[in-house]
Amino acid sequence: MTFITANWNPLGEAFYRKSELYEMCWNLRDGLRDCLVAAAPYGGPIALLREPVRRSPSSRPQLEIYSASGVSIASFPWKSGPVVHLGWTRHFSMGQEVVQSQVLEAKVFHSPYGTGVAIVTGSSRFIMATNIDDLKLRRLPEVPGLQGKPSCWVVLNQDRQTKVLLSTGSELYILDNTSCTAVSLPGLAPQGGSIVHMSVSFSYKYLAVLTDSGHLWTGPSHLQDKMSEVDTKKLTPPKQMVWCRRPKSQQPSVVLMWDRLLMVVGVCQDTIQFPTEDQCVLVGEMDGVRIISSTNQELLQEVPLVCQEIFKIASMAPGALLLEAHREYEKSSQKADEYLREIKEQSMLGEAVSQCIEAAGHEYDPNTQKSLMRAASFGKCFLTDFSPGQFVTTCRELRVLNSVRESSVGLPLTHTQFKQMTLQVLIDRLVYRQFYPLAIEMCRYLKIPDYQGVSRVLKHWASCKVQQKDLSDEAIARAMCAKVGDSPGVSYSDIAAKAYECGRTELAIKLLDFEARSGEQVPLLLKMKRSQLALSKAVESGDTDLVYTVVTYLKNEMNRGDFFMTLRNQPVALSLYRQFCKLQEQETLKDLYNQDDDHKELANYYVTASYREKRLESRLSLLQSAVDEYNKAKNEFSAKATEEEMRLLRFQRKLDDEKGAGLLELSLQATMEALLALGLYKQAEQLYRDFRVPDKRYWWLKLKSLAEKEEWDELEKFSKSKKSPIGYLAFVEVCMKSNNKYEAKKYVSKVTPEQRVKAHLAISDLDGAADAAIERKNDSEIATVLSRCSAADRLLIERLNRASTAKK
Amino acid sequence: MRGNPYSILRGGWKALGTQAIVWDEYLTGPFGLIAQYSLLKEHEVEKMFTLKSGKLPSADVKNIIFFVRPRLELMDIIAENVFSEDKMHSSRDFHILFVPRRSMLCEQRLKEQGVLASFVNIDEYILDLIPYDGDLLSMEYESAFRECYLENDQTSLYHTAKGLMTLQALYGTIPQIYGKGDCARHVANMMLRMKREFAGSQNQILPVFDTLLLLDRNIDLLTPLATQLTYEGLIDEIYGITNGYVKLPPEKFAQKKQGEASKDLPTESKKLQLNSAEELYAEIRDKNFNAVGAALSKKAKIISAAFEERHNAKTVGEIKQFVSQLPHMQAARSSLANHTSIAELIKDITTSEAFFENLTVEQEFMTGVDTDKVNTYIEDCIAQKDPLIKILRLMCMQSVCNNGLKQKVFEYYKREILQTYGYEHILTLNNLEKASLLKLQTSSRNNYPTIRKTLKLWMEDANEQNPNDISYVYSGYAPLSVRLTQVLARPGWRSIEEVLKLLPGPHFEERQQLPAGLHKKRQQGENRTTLVFFLGGVSYAEIAALRFLSQMEDSGMEYIIATTKLLNGTTWIKSLMDRPESQIS
Repeated sequence: MTFITANWNPLGEAFYRKSELYEMCWNLRDGLRDCLVAAAPYGGPIALLREPVRRSPSSRPQLEIYSASGVSIASFPWKSGPVVHLGWTRHFSMGQEVVQSQVLEAKVFHSPYGTGVAIVTGSSRFIMATNIDDLKLRRLPEVPGLQGKPSCWVVLNQDRQTKVLLSTGSELYILDNTSCTAVSLPGLAPQGGSIVHMSVSFSYKYLAVLTDSGHLWTGPSHLQDKMSEVDTKKLTPPKQMVWCRRPKSQQPSVVLMWDRLLMVVGVCQDTIQFPTEDQCVLVGEMDGVRIISSTNQELLQEVPLVCQEIFKIASMAPGALLLEAHREYEKSSQKADEYLREIKEQSMLGEAVSQCIEAAGHEYDPNTQKSLMRAASFGKCFLTDFSPGQFVTTCRELRVLNSVRESSVGLPLTHTQFKQMTLQVLIDRLVYRQFYPLAIEMCRYLKIPDYQGVSRVLKHWASCKVQQKDLSDEAIARAMCAKVGDSPGVSYSDIAAKAYECGRTELAIKLLDFEARSGEQVPLLLKMKRSQLALSKAVESGDTDLVYTVVTYLKNEMNRGDFFMTLRNQPVALSLYRQFCKLQEQETLKDLYNQDDDHKELANYYVTASYREKRLESRLSLLQSAVDEYNKAKNEFSAKATEEEMRLLRFQRKLDDEKGAGLLELSLQATMEALLALGLYKQAEQLYRDFRVPDKRYWWLKLKSLAEKEEWDELEKFSKSKKSPIGYLAFVEVCMKSNNKYEAKKYVSKVTPEQRVKAHLAISDLDGAADAAIERKNDSEIATVLSRCSAADRLLIERLNRASTAKK
Repeated sequence: MRGNPYSILRGGWKALGTQAIVWDEYLTGPFGLIAQYSLLKEHEVEKMFTLKSGKLPSADVKNIIFFVRPRLELMDIIAENVFSEDKMHSSRDFHILFVPRRSMLCEQRLKEQGVLASFVNIDEYILDLIPYDGDLLSMEYESAFRECYLENDQTSLYHTAKGLMTLQALYGTIPQIYGKGDCARHVANMMLRMKREFAGSQNQILPVFDTLLLLDRNIDLLTPLATQLTYEGLIDEIYGITNGYVKLPPEKFAQKKQGEASKDLPTESKKLQLNSAEELYAEIRDKNFNAVGAALSKKAKIISAAFEERHNAKTVGEIKQFVSQLPHMQAARSSLANHTSIAELIKDITTSEAFFENLTVEQEFMTGVDTDKVNTYIEDCIAQKDPLIKILRLMCMQSVCNNGLKQKVFEYYKREILQTYGYEHILTLNNLEKASLLKLQTSSRNNYPTIRKTLKLWMEDANEQNPNDISYVYSGYAPLSVRLTQVLARPGWRSIEEVLKLLPGPHFEERQQLPAGLHKKRQQGENRTTLVFFLGGVSYAEIAALRFLSQMEDSGMEYIIATTKLLNGTTWIKSLMDRPESQIS
């Protein structure tokens, strides 16, 4: 393992290492010569434009996009004008003004507001947009004396303000929204000469400036200080100059590239020189510099402190000892114990484990990662309360990083970059590159809640899938169902809407079928004019309001016949619509029943309607319709009852006309009652017979009516007219209710034996009751009589008691 | 379940400044259960009106908020209100809050009426399940049964499913769902569908309920028809409990306040709130009425003994302790006085011959005596023109207990009713038939006795004082719905498969997957909790029976009850009646 430090180069106190990331998969005939190259940070893809300056107006250069490992992702001919600069942004257009004046130079930058673009126009004016997603062009003030383009310039971010720092050779200016100020670099030696190159660090915090005398000045980008000044002893301007730093850098540096030389210039004035054979491109990252050549790609970075501590030759750092201990342990050597003891004596074992884990994160080679993690795991065994969180997380993250670093994926992310970029963004990137299975694997492996993980991937996959023109609707729908299934948070209606947008209505409908939320299906279906389907989906949802909504929509869309037919196939919708009609459109209700030949409901409808009618004639005609319908419905009883009702109405009308009896609206019973009260016995009798009123009820009615009017003779006559169907106790009780004991007595003798005691008691004839009870030898009756006796009835009580005991 | 899961101010209440609320009158009752006027007042509600057509009453407020159910006829009234308003004022803001949820149909209506744009806010106040008591939730959705079984309108079931989803969001996914009946099946289907819709976003809450049991009212039509014989049941039967309040005749209460007796208007009825917050009421509400007298007198002794304690209080400390208990004791005493009065009022009725005769007939029907003949008592009641609903209740009961009435009997009853109470009731009779409460006997086989015997619906010598079976709530009849619940817990429905097939609609079991780690680890002896949801209403006696089961030592099951509406035979039949416009009574 000693060779780990083989590619380490000392720079001041620190070390720099240049390690190979990929052998490029691409096959570039002419290397990177005459190409405009732009690579996105965080291991992003590389854009390459051949021969940006056209040889002839008809030649169309090809814009090619490769992954960081050189796998071709896309390629298309560049149809617009000559290209001056290539940078990574999202799609946008800068508008007419820019088109008219020529663009001399352009730079893409990152501001707190988003990704921005700055350009120099043919009229030597700077135009800037700080956020291309919300494009607002700003013309910066004129630079005094500037002709053509400046010798070099950079975009700076200071205090949430975006400024341009430019050099016209001897002069240095800062341009902001309102002014153009001349500035000077603090501490730059007077013999420095004019500025030929400038570079701002990844974080926009530091600035490097190179003069024509080969002096490199570095300092913070606010230009208040100087960090260092180094004489590179090179008089030709470099091709590229890029900062190389990392978070908590010990020894930041600037990388300069000439045709055959790469020079790393540390702030400490130390330099490292690498010869290069091929044309290269430098890509600044937050923790290093990527060097892309036509054959391979390397990462140049300062070795992280923790790695230095562990791997530095003869290091005694706890991590280094632990790694050594583990190595000895694997060799079954007792030295392992010695090393461990040494760490433990300093109580540094926890620290050692942490160091190994952290260092593993920074290492690119899986074997190195493994040996570090194994050492950490080994060390952990000797600790009792070491939280496993860091270990587990790092293991997981390393597996993820190793898999995206694969050449086929080509995302050479460092752990530091990964942390900065976040997992969410990484998944998004994979999704945009359409590495769906990998993204899903990763979400599952890292146990990301479905909502933010798997579902998001599937959603993207699905909306991409529906656009694949070569697949049949059926195949896509099937694939969709198999993959997406019931994954939470994936909205089939969104996917369907996408399919519909792409003109695939049939597919959209198929997809909507998978949508769990019917409420979501309905609006799209209506939009696609699939109203019948919308209706059945609405019904399925159980949301009656939704059903109503579709029904109302259909009602306006369709002709009445079709509308009714549609409803007929949807009983739930039909009954809801009936409810609606009951409250709002009575006439429609009738039509609905008619269409369905629902005679019974139709009859009920007529009955209901008859009660709203004031005029008797119309009422009767409605009732007649009801009778007809009841007959059609074979509901004999209701038909007859309604006929009866009509007969009663006619009778009432006649009597009202003749006698002013005020009978209309009364029930049959109430009518008879009224007639009896009026003394119209014959008419009451007629109703009783005509309507086949049960004897019992009629007798009760007449009995009460006569008693109320105190027509006792008439009552007696009535009682003798035939054997009472309600017995005679009723007579006794009704008379007593009118407080007529005399009349009541008349009926006591006629009462059946079972009710005799009750009858006697009703008229408060205790003796009679006692006689009856004793005669019937009925204990409970005797008891009833006893309970009514008071102390004064001593003799009676004795008699009853005797009878009671005698029986026993 | 204690505590109110709904906050009146949650959502919706965005209006700023002074407000006047215009209430859909139907909502005031249910809202009274969750928010007092004083609370609203704290939130700048200055005035409250009832929604009426015509002009809005004047009020010096910035905002007018309509609190309404999503019904078209109400939209028309609102439109009228808004139109008449606009002419005089223009600075007022209108808001509309739909309870329990927004309706596109209603918004469409407002649009057609040309007032939709006048509303600053259109929102919903999601109020599906209203906490009615510690163990009782009600949707207070009166027309649910009618809508489901007469009109085939399942709106209430949709709200039920939504309400259960809300409940699960608050109290965790209920792992097991059982059900019986078509509506139950429909609700369960919607719940499972909604669960898929919400999948992934569900809360990680340890489930409070182990089981949900959904029961259609129509699998047990008999129980609500019978006269309830528990204390609370009788209060409801006789005086009617609405939204937790009962109005009682004032005479019995007037004399209690001796000093102010003369001032009291004897015509104004006494309004009492009834819930388990009142200790005594919680104790006696579910007892058979015949056991209430003893309980009250025992309580009276305890209270007077407690008051006697003051004579024993010698030291300052003892007196201080006595005084500190005084408010509680006085509350107990006034509660005792109230319930003694109510019990007296009820006793007057239960000891009457009419009540006794009615009960006798009911019990005859339930035990299957002469259910296939015209019943003389019903006949007599018609002849005496007793209230129609009473007749209908008995008739329905006979029909249910006989698996339908013979044609001759059926038509005889119907004719009697039409002739005596008026032909317009033909519609009501049709409705009852449609709801299967009345029906023509089609097969000669009567299922009811089989069901009664298998489920032991009739228990001879039910112990009213110290019950050992749920049958005490009807003095002999064990409510079928509760028996099903009881059997489900032990030994399980498999044992009564045959009987379940005799009842309408499917029975089913569904399981809802719980997120890993939320499976309850049950302690030894810890009770399981079942939420029993009655679709179409539940009676107080059934609730009492379920509470009895919860309290039984060996049941191991605790029941929480939810329903669309609390009902009794009278309110239930009433909700099924059709009253043509000409007949207002």
